[in-house]
Amino acid sequence: MTDMHLDGNALGALFIDLFGQEMTDQNGCCDACGAVNPFGRAVVYRDAPGDVMRCPDCGAVLIVAVRTETRLRVSIQSLRWIEVLE
Amino acid sequence: MERTAVRGRLNWLVAEVVDLIDETGTVKSIVLDCPDWPLHLPGQHVDIRLTAEDGYQAQRSYSIANPPAGEKVVVTVELVDDGEVSPYLIGELAVGDQIELRGPIGGYFVWTPEHGGPVQLVAGGSGLVPLMAMIRALAESDRRVPVRLLTSARSRETLIYGDELRRLQSSLDNLEVAYTLTRAQPADWQGYSRRVDQQMLAETSWPATERPLGFVCGPTGFVETVAANLVALGHDAARIKTERFGPSGG
Ligand SMILES: Cc1cc2nc3c(=O)[nH]c(=O)nc-3n(C[C@H](O)[C@H](O)[C@H](O)COP(=O)(O)OP(=O)(O)OC[C@H]3O[C@@H](n4cnc5c(N)ncnc54)[C@H](O)[C@@H]3O)c2cc1C
Ligand SMILES: [Zn+2]
Repeated sequence: MTDMHLDGNALGALFIDLFGQEMTDQNGCCDACGAVNPFGRAVVYRDAPGDVMRCPDCGAVLIVAVRTETRLRVSIQSLRWIEVLE
Repeated sequence: MERTAVRGRLNWLVAEVVDLIDETGTVKSIVLDCPDWPLHLPGQHVDIRLTAEDGYQAQRSYSIANPPAGEKVVVTVELVDDGEVSPYLIGELAVGDQIELRGPIGGYFVWTPEHGGPVQLVAGGSGLVPLMAMIRALAESDRRVPVRLLTSARSRETLIYGDELRRLQSSLDNLEVAYTLTRAQPADWQGYSRRVDQQMLAETSWPATERPLGFVCGPTGFVETVAANLVALGHDAARIKTERFGPSGG
């Protein structure tokens, strides 16, 4: 796909696998620009072989997730902090 | 609204197809009976997974069309001609078949009548599906939250849920629906006849001073245009939630 990005909602299942809970309504802070946004607002590119999630304000790469046959490899990039429910 | 964390991974569940409904020539609703289904919220989606005989798997996301109702899950799928998954779901799936799904997924693009309003919904093509779950929940609720919907389709033949929307519009005085048909209009057409633009939004949606909660859903390009126009009309970007379906439809 070309510039047909989705939003963080599309990665809802991936986040549940990673964090063990629904994350699209939880906030994360971009380390590049300091913007705080819910995961659901992020800009997502689902291009093989992986998913790339970018900051909706500055475009910095926040998370890259690549699936292999048996593993999910996740690279946490420009994320200063995230919040989860206790 | 606070909720508690439900921990763990999402398991794949096996659901049975109990009914297939032709919405338009290229759109079908699939009614599923899914044992152990946790109650979902309007706006949430499921992931559906198909497995070929050689083990190859493909999965796609589909919004849930029905309000929470026990173990019943309804999805509405629009045909993408050269697609991998939608042609199978529309052309080959039969009542009695089993299908794998997981969910419900989503906590951001979610609305229940308890969230209040006023609410502005804007749909392009099959982007109406999650918004219809919200409208159906509104119809079942005794909270009279004021809701406005602007829905865009290519032609009357491709406008999904048309009859139900007309019924709901006349029975609910807190629901207003505006339509636009972008490519072909019937002779007696009373709605708009062009792509959604800023003027149409200004005429049909809540003014920014009402601080509505906005939900915009559809093909990526449609969502971009509508969200940008709402912000240009003075709406707070943080109150406009979007869900992009990808390249399709509109
Ligand atoms: C959160 C979420 C919810 C969704 N809810 C729904 C829903 O309720 N109903 C629904 O019908 N769809 C929904 N979609 C879209 C759905 O997930 C699939 O993308 C769609 O059914 C196409 O899948 P496919 O396998 O048939 O096509 P693919 O094999 O993925 O694509 C085939 C070709 O068509 C192009 N393409 C991909 N998607 C589209 C498209 N939508 N329109 C036109 N061309 C496309 C691709 O670039 C490719 O060239 C949703 C998507 C997301 C992210
Ligand atoms: Zn940023």
